[in-house]
Amino acid sequence: MTVVTALIVLGVLALAFGLVLGFAAVRFRVESDPIVDQIDALLPQTQCGQCGYPGCRPYAEAIANGDEINKCPPGGQATINSLADLMGVEAKPLDAAHGEEDVKKVAVIREDECIGCTKCIQACPVDAILGAAKQMHTVIAHECTGCDLCVEPCPVDCIDMVPVPVRPDNWQWDLQQIPVKNVESSH
Amino acid sequence: MSAATKAIEAGHIWTFPGGIHPPERKDRSNSTPIEVLPLAKQFIVPIKQHSGPVGDLLVAVGDNVKAGQPLTQVGINNALPVHAPTSGTVSAIGPGRIAHPSGLTDTVITIDADGNDEFYSFAPLADYTSLSRAELLDRIRQAGVAGLGGAGFPTAQKLALQRPLDYLIINGVECEPYISADDRLMREHAQTIIDGTEILLHIAGCEKALIAIEANKPEAIAAFEALLPNYPQLALRVVPTKYPSGGEKQLIQLLTGRQVPSRGLPIDVGLVMQNVGTAYAVAQAVLNGKPLIERVVTVTGDNIAKPGNYWVRIGTTVAELLNQCGFEPVADSKQEQRVIMGGPMMGFTLPDLDVPVVKITNCILVPSNQELAPAAEEMNCIRCGACADVCPAQLLPQQMQWLAKAKDYDGLEQQNLFDCIECGACAYVCPSEIPLVHYYRKAKAEIRNIAREKAKAEVARERFEARQERLEREKQERLERHRKAAEARKKAQAEAVAQGGDNPQDAVQAAIARAKARKAAQAAAAAKQNQEGDDE
Ligand code: SF4
Ligand code: SF4
Ligand code: SF4
Ligand code: SF4
Repeated sequence: MTVVTALIVLGVLALAFGLVLGFAAVRFRVESDPIVDQIDALLPQTQCGQCGYPGCRPYAEAIANGDEINKCPPGGQATINSLADLMGVEAKPLDAAHGEEDVKKVAVIREDECIGCTKCIQACPVDAILGAAKQMHTVIAHECTGCDLCVEPCPVDCIDMVPVPVRPDNWQWDLQQIPVKNVESSH
Repeated sequence: MSAATKAIEAGHIWTFPGGIHPPERKDRSNSTPIEVLPLAKQFIVPIKQHSGPVGDLLVAVGDNVKAGQPLTQVGINNALPVHAPTSGTVSAIGPGRIAHPSGLTDTVITIDADGNDEFYSFAPLADYTSLSRAELLDRIRQAGVAGLGGAGFPTAQKLALQRPLDYLIINGVECEPYISADDRLMREHAQTIIDGTEILLHIAGCEKALIAIEANKPEAIAAFEALLPNYPQLALRVVPTKYPSGGEKQLIQLLTGRQVPSRGLPIDVGLVMQNVGTAYAVAQAVLNGKPLIERVVTVTGDNIAKPGNYWVRIGTTVAELLNQCGFEPVADSKQEQRVIMGGPMMGFTLPDLDVPVVKITNCILVPSNQELAPAAEEMNCIRCGACADVCPAQLLPQQMQWLAKAKDYDGLEQQNLFDCIECGACAYVCPSEIPLVHYYRKAKAEIRNIAREKAKAEVARERFEARQERLEREKQERLERHRKAAEARKKAQAEAVAQGGDNPQDAVQAAIARAKARKAAQAAAAAKQNQEGDDE
């Protein structure tokens, strides 16, 4: 008799926990694919499309589905290495077919040449260009990712990509760079 | 009262780990009174001389200014203003070399002195206790007072943190070799420093201040001992001579035995610290309304004929200052003369002598190569462990050096790289001449940059997603509009037909028929003309 009671009690318990777990699985399901989020977090978010996908997130999805990890030039070797760590694969050099690693740049519109055509606004993946039809346009420098996509569409070629300026607060303490010079006495 | 508080009250001095005893060489500059130098002809005032946002400009090129007139304003972002060091004309505003190890430029205001040194009108204050705390803080901020001891953190901002305080610590330790600016200030202006300390106590809402002086400054100690009996809320603490006992966390450990947590602030353990020079500047700002436009600078080193301490207006160029102090560069022209801003341990070599003295400049050191050997060739680490023995922050400098060279930034953060106060004790004892602090500074800058890039990428991701959403929404809206317009057209048509009017469809047919008729008529006319032509 005791054996039967024990069996019944255990059976009821198993059922109850099964229900709780089943409910939790449905109720607290993680919506998006966590691996895509993790990959996306490693990509530089320049949104330049050099990888062949329309932005970083689509490339993250492609990697999750087995694409190569060495197609992102803005991220360069550092990104490839961390992607290799995450995916548990061998790091490889950047695929030159997609471009080369370059210094960080920012777009600058030569404002007196701008004709206000709004073509660059439509090209910018992060809405970093400000302007309206027939008005002079300008780039919000700290929002610009340096993706280069606005340069091509400009009909009067008035957008330049310039390297991000070095300021005292983002300077890298490279003492070799200091132009130490001979100091002469002035008496 | 707990045992620990009792010990603090009784004047117990604790110890901190590590530390070194480099040659002090303070006697060259500390025996003569602080001198006032003739005014320079031109001043260069960088608009950023502190940590934090910069103020908006209040002057334009061509404006006449008076000594002490604000050049930038506090404004909405609560910036720290800078002031004109003398009267004259603003001759330029633009990028100029600043006193920074990078030798980079920043916005500077150039003032051509008129030689009259006319002062802007200041409002002295008889009784500061009549003002509210906020008004006093504003007075200190308007006067441009920043911590004169180190990184130039705005004083008002430090005082604005309203948290329970046990002690205010006034730091007169000045442990770095060569420098004697605070020493001379304490000897000659102890009363003003005490006034400033009382104001600081009043603002901080704190009962008691500890004034800390290193044992190697007997005259400064005597000056305070003579005055302090009248001030029961102030107590003097003499700390043993050891470098870096003037470091914020080290001094707190010496005076109270408390440890500021990693990445924490002194206020986390109920303390706040101000430098003696800052206390002096606060007294000037609150009592006399005088902004921070001059400070004491030690000019010293073997290649200076007249070493000593000088009242230097902010914005005086280093070249001008050295000229007036009898600068004799090394005779051998093949060798470079180094000019160091700050002391030999924590200072940096200037890229150029046309940079101005700023609020945080405490010393200009012009050493000969005998007294301060130029950096030697770096050799391999022999794992002697000397660096770990002297590190006051109890870090593992050797380990951090390997990690920094390997660019292992996660590892460096685990080793608490950000607790390194860059005191240079480790590099001082390293037998392999490894510029350890240089590696740490570079790694810190790199880690900060990575964090900045990450934050920027986060913003870019959000903006990209927001844009994708907007494009999608606009597409839907467009489709919706087209659908609505088509529906409205159909409805209007149906209504028109129902009311017995022309079916627009019929109108179209009629128009097509008319067009056909016209074409036919034209063709006929043309044929007729052709015929007539043939007839002729
Ligand atoms: S190549 Fe451009 S779009 Fe592609 S992942 Fe890299 S930054 Fe993003
Ligand atoms: S402004 Fe030009 S370079 Fe910058 S993010 Fe927009 S499209 Fe790219
Ligand atoms: S510089 Fe940093 S690591 Fe070196 S002794 Fe000082 S606190 Fe320690
Ligand atoms: S003192 Fe220099 S040589 Fe010795 S362990 Fe430290 S880094 Fe290495």
